[in-house]
Formats: sequence, structure tokens, C-alpha cells
Amino acid sequence: MSISLKNISKSFNSSLALKEFSFNFTKGKTTVLIGPSGCGKSTLLRLVVGLTKQDSGTITVDNELLSNSNLSSIRRKIGYVIQEGGLFPHLTAEDNITLMAKYIRTEPGLIKSGISDLTSLTKFPKDKLSSYPAELSGGQKQRVSLMRALMLDPEFLIFDEPLGALDPLIRYDLQNDLKEIFKTLNKTVILVTHDLNEAVFFGDKILLMKEGSLIQQGTITDFINSPSEPFVTKFIKSQRSTIEIN
Amino acid sequence: MKLIKQNTLWFSTLLLIVFINLSPIAFTQSGKTIKTGSKKFTENVILGEIATQLVRAQNVNATHIRELGGTRILWNALLKGEIDIYPDYTGTIIEEILADENVTNKNLKDKLSQHGIGIVYPLGFNNTYAIGMKKEQAENYGIENISDLRKHSNLKFGFTNEFIDRKDGWRGLQKFYSLSQTNVNGLDHDLAYRGLASNSIDVIDLYSTDAEINYYDLKVLEDDLHYFTDYQAVLLYREDLEKTFPKVVNAIKKLKNSIPESLMIKMNSEVKINGNSEEVVAAQFIKNKFSIESNYVESTFLSRLWYNTKEHLYLVLISLSAAILVSIPLGISSYKNKKLGKIILSVTGIIQTIPSLALLVFMIPLLGIGSSPAIVALFLYSLLPIVRNTFTGLQDIPTSIKESAIVLGLSSFVILKNIELPLASRSILAGIKTSAVINVGTATLGALIGAGGYGQPILTGIRLDSIPLILEGAVPAALLALIVQWMFDLSEKVIVPRGLRL
Repeated sequence: MSISLKNISKSFNSSLALKEFSFNFTKGKTTVLIGPSGCGKSTLLRLVVGLTKQDSGTITVDNELLSNSNLSSIRRKIGYVIQEGGLFPHLTAEDNITLMAKYIRTEPGLIKSGISDLTSLTKFPKDKLSSYPAELSGGQKQRVSLMRALMLDPEFLIFDEPLGALDPLIRYDLQNDLKEIFKTLNKTVILVTHDLNEAVFFGDKILLMKEGSLIQQGTITDFINSPSEPFVTKFIKSQRSTIEIN
Repeated sequence: MKLIKQNTLWFSTLLLIVFINLSPIAFTQSGKTIKTGSKKFTENVILGEIATQLVRAQNVNATHIRELGGTRILWNALLKGEIDIYPDYTGTIIEEILADENVTNKNLKDKLSQHGIGIVYPLGFNNTYAIGMKKEQAENYGIENISDLRKHSNLKFGFTNEFIDRKDGWRGLQKFYSLSQTNVNGLDHDLAYRGLASNSIDVIDLYSTDAEINYYDLKVLEDDLHYFTDYQAVLLYREDLEKTFPKVVNAIKKLKNSIPESLMIKMNSEVKINGNSEEVVAAQFIKNKFSIESNYVESTFLSRLWYNTKEHLYLVLISLSAAILVSIPLGISSYKNKKLGKIILSVTGIIQTIPSLALLVFMIPLLGIGSSPAIVALFLYSLLPIVRNTFTGLQDIPTSIKESAIVLGLSSFVILKNIELPLASRSILAGIKTSAVINVGTATLGALIGAGGYGQPILTGIRLDSIPLILEGAVPAALLALIVQWMFDLSEKVIVPRGLRL
């Protein structure tokens, strides 16, 4: 019951995005991918959800080798949330959340109770369910996007910079709420961010990537105490802390 | 639930458009109707109307498709049986229609018969081509005959396009008389008189029975080298009428030698100068000549407006809804398959560059005259804006939204139907709106090939130099374009999802 990548290579227009990348994402844990722009962290997510295809190597989800034939069944086991939500602007919040459930003909009663549970879980105001994305704030949009991802109760949650576009106060609240949700649901989570503080806050394990390769994995303490190469220290130091500014 | 409602709305609007268009707005006629055609100049329209009323006096259904265009269109329509009778001239038949068949006045009947066409020959007057200019100017320059034009190469010539193109027209005349003029403008016959009156041209081609010769006080230059052949007026008819409708043939045969030149000039000025309708003039002629009271319905402004509106709507609605039904799938295919899309967009783009008049005329060999070729031409014209807007509407949907839909696990059909098409709806609707407005305007040209509509009064208005008649077509056409635009603006509120209008 995990996602594992084996010897994944991927290049775009002759520039290598991932080099022989292998990793096993552990069940029930939150793994954060971090690294500078172009390190391949987003490409890795896109490979797992089948938005792009690797040049070589294999991806296994839940002991199933990812291929064109099982792509749609595997996608239903994955909830995917991207920066700014990717909500459908012509559908209300509720329709965004229930679209897929209706498509696979989920019983209306189940949809109704699902919505009710999810709004409490994500602290989304119920009266806003009939609003359109254009009428919601950035934080509310991300909560809707999260509910849409959780609607079919997937085993895996994949987040690509989910909080990247939010202002600091909203971001702070949403970080707290998200962490609580992860803990409550006990899902296998993969989260991409470029913010080290966020990575530390969420990650049971942090993967630091550079130029398509895994540089180091572990906790922030491991990174500080035993960096695998000078880049690790440089990367950590590049993120100013409030203390330093003071 | 909302989602389902939205889709139903989307589809029912589409269905409504289709349904409206299939309802029989088009005129229907029962039994065989004898159709008379006429060219787009007054004399021919009068002759066509006389023939029509004579046929009708035999208690046979008869209709007059007036102002159909030039010789080729009418001849081909006659051969195909789209019309049964039309007036023409011997010179035109010998020099133009059957130019390759060594036809003379003597074997004319036999040669036509080989094509299955009969002739009522002659009607009694010769309407030959002639060259004319203002009397005053001719006197100033001392011009008496066509040969005299050689000495005045500075004169500006304005000829009808048909005259310029015909073998027995300007090209032959220029060679025959060794004329040096190169400054020759092609224009409409009725506009030529106005050009002459306003001194923007000096020399024009005339028909010798034109009412304007006296009205504008013109000098008809003597054809001193005898270039122009005889243009005896005749009626051409389909020979099969002799079997199916012998009384029709007998009726029109009564017109043989019945119209002397002076009478034709008089009837021409009745219409062109005095403003009587062709129906009235034709009925008077029939009454005087044959003592037959002929029934004709003189149209009123409202009856004409209603009839033209029905015909115009018929052209626009059928061609536009067919274009919508074809273009949206074409736009979707272009979006799904970029290589195919390049081909589709270039082909529809090329169609759009064909001048509308040319496109209409291209359709005649394939579909004859009337509303069908006009509808097909309008349909082809309406494709590009809808195809292109469907394509760009789909193309411009943000990648993040498309990918979110894919990763959710929706099938590509559901993504298209529930996500992509609604998101592209505003753009698609804008394309349809553009097509509709272009369509309403272009449909006025349909009258040139017998499709009727608002173009009909415009054509007649140009022929009779009548601004009110031109406006009778132009104003409703402009209004219709505005109404169409306004209706689409309203429909945006129904079709474009609410979430996109916030």
C-alpha cells in the first residue's frame, strides 16, 4: 500500500528533469519534496498521476505497475491538489466537489453525508457551497480543492505547492488545518513545496532534490547535523529565519 | 443537480435552434408550376412578366423568378428545367450561348431543338447593342458614328461587365473599329446612365430599346461598319412543355410579332421613367393586345416585406444552423488533433477568402439556381468563425483546469461535455454571432441567383434607380443583423454558465 518509483528518468527537450530516481513513499506518512526550481519535484508528481510519462523506470502504486490500462483506476486512489486549486470556474463549490462522485454514480445519500463530513473536516462554511470559485477567497478555494480531492476517500494525497499563492495569515491557518487533517485521516501524503519551514512543519520525512536527483532524505535535524554534501547546508541557510532578520 | 440542469439547458437550446429551422417557413407549392425567368434588366423583366401572366391566363400555376442574373445563369437554369421559359435575343444565342455551333438565323430553331429548347421567334423588335453618349457632347466633338470615336482617345468608356466580356461586345468592337481606348470601366447598366449624367463617363453601351435614350437625351452612334448583329427578342422554352402543357406553348406563341420596337420602348419607359410596376405594364399589354384581363397581385410594401423576410430568414436559419452543427464538431476535432486541425482551419480559411459573389456563382453548376445554392454558399461562409472560435475557446482553457479534470479520473468525453465545452461556450457563441451577422448581410446577394430575400428589392431598386426600393431591402437587412446580434447577447445569459459571468 505505497507508491514506489524505481530508476525513473525523464527529460524534456534533451534537458534531464529526473535522473535514475528511486524512492519508496511510506504508507500513512507525509513525505515532503523540496528543492530549487527545476529540481524535478513537480515532474515527479506529474509522473505519479500520469500527466506525463517517464522515459525509463517503473512506478508502482498499491502494488500495481502504472500503465495506460490502469491509469484511470489508479487516479481514483489519488487525491490531487495544485496551486490555486485548479477549480472548474463554471461549477459551484459543491458541484466541483461532487462531480467525480456523480460521474461514477455514487449514491446521493453518500454524497450528501460526504459533503457534510468534509465541510466540518476542512472548516469550510456550508453556506458557501453554492458559491462559484470566483466568489471565494484564495483560502476557501484551496479548501474546496482539498474536499474535491478527498471526496472519493483516496488512499494517497498529492499536493503540488498547495499554499504557494496564499497570503501569510491565511497560509498559516491552512497549514495548521491541513496538518490536523493529515493526522486525522492517516493518508499517505506527498507534498511539494519550496518553503523549508513548511517542509519541516508537515514532513515526517523530507526529500531534498537537486537537478533531478535525490540529494538527501530524513528530518531537518539530519540535514543540519550530517549534510550529505555542501549544497544541503547552503540550501538550508538560504531560507532566512525570523530570528536572523531580528 | 445543478450540473445536470446546466447540461439540459445547453442541449435544449441547441435543439431549439434546430427545431425552429426545420419548421416550414419556406413557401410550399402544390402541383406543377410553370416558372418563367428573366435577366436583371427592365425589358427582360417586362417580357418575363408578360409570359407569366399569359400562362396564368390559361389557368396554369405560373411564377416569375425575376432578375435572375446574366445569360449563362438563365440558359443553364432552362436546360436543367429549373425554369421553363425566359426571354432572350437572337444575337445572344448565336454569338454567346451557342457560339461554338455555327448557328445562323436560319438554323437557329433546329440547333436549339437539339438542346431540347423551343423558341417563339421573333417577338417583333430588335434590341441590339448600341454605343451612345450625351447628344451635347457628341455635337461638341463632332461625333456621328462609332468610327469617329477613334479620333477621341481621351473619352472615358463605361460598359456593362457582360458587354466587356462578350465575344460580340467590347473586345470585338475594339478590334473591328481599331479603337485605341484602354480606359474602360465595367459597371452595372443602370449605374452607367447615372455615370453619364454626372459626367464621370462619356461613352456607354446601350440597348436600342432603352427608355433612357430619350430621357437623358442621348445620341446613339451609327454603327457605320455594321458590327452589331441582330438582337431580335425571342422567348425560349423547354420543348417538353409541348407535350405536358400544350396550352402554355400555344399561349406564348401568340406573342410572335406582337411587340413592335416603339411599343417596347414605351413599356420600358412606363416602368423606368414613370415608375409603374412590371406587373401593371404587362397586364395592360395583354389587355390591349389579346383582350384578356390578367390576374396579377400588385404587391404592397408590407406583403413584400413579409415575403422577403420569410425568404431571408429561410436562407439564414438553415445555412447558419447547419454551419453550427458542422463547425462545432470540426472545431473540437481541430483541438483534439492538431494536425487535422491545421488542415480544417486552412480549408475553412480559404473558403472565407473566396469573394461571396464568386462563391454563389460557383454553386450554380452544382446546385442550379434558387435557395439551395445560396444556402450552401452561406453555410460555407459561416464555417470559419465558428470553427476558429470553438478551437481557440477550447485551446485557451488554462492547463491547470484541464489537468485537474484529467487527474480526477473523468473520461475525455465527460471532460469535453461537462468542463471544456461549457468553459469555451462564450467563445463559441461569439463565433456563432459573427457568423450570423455576416450571414444576414451576405444573404442579400442570394437574390442574384434567384434565392430572393432582402436582396430582391435592392436589385430592383438598383435597376429602377429607386432609393426607396433599395432601402426596402437594406434597412430590414441591417435591422435583422442587429436583432440577431441582440438575440445572441441575450442567449449568452442562458448558454454561458453563471460561474463564468461573475
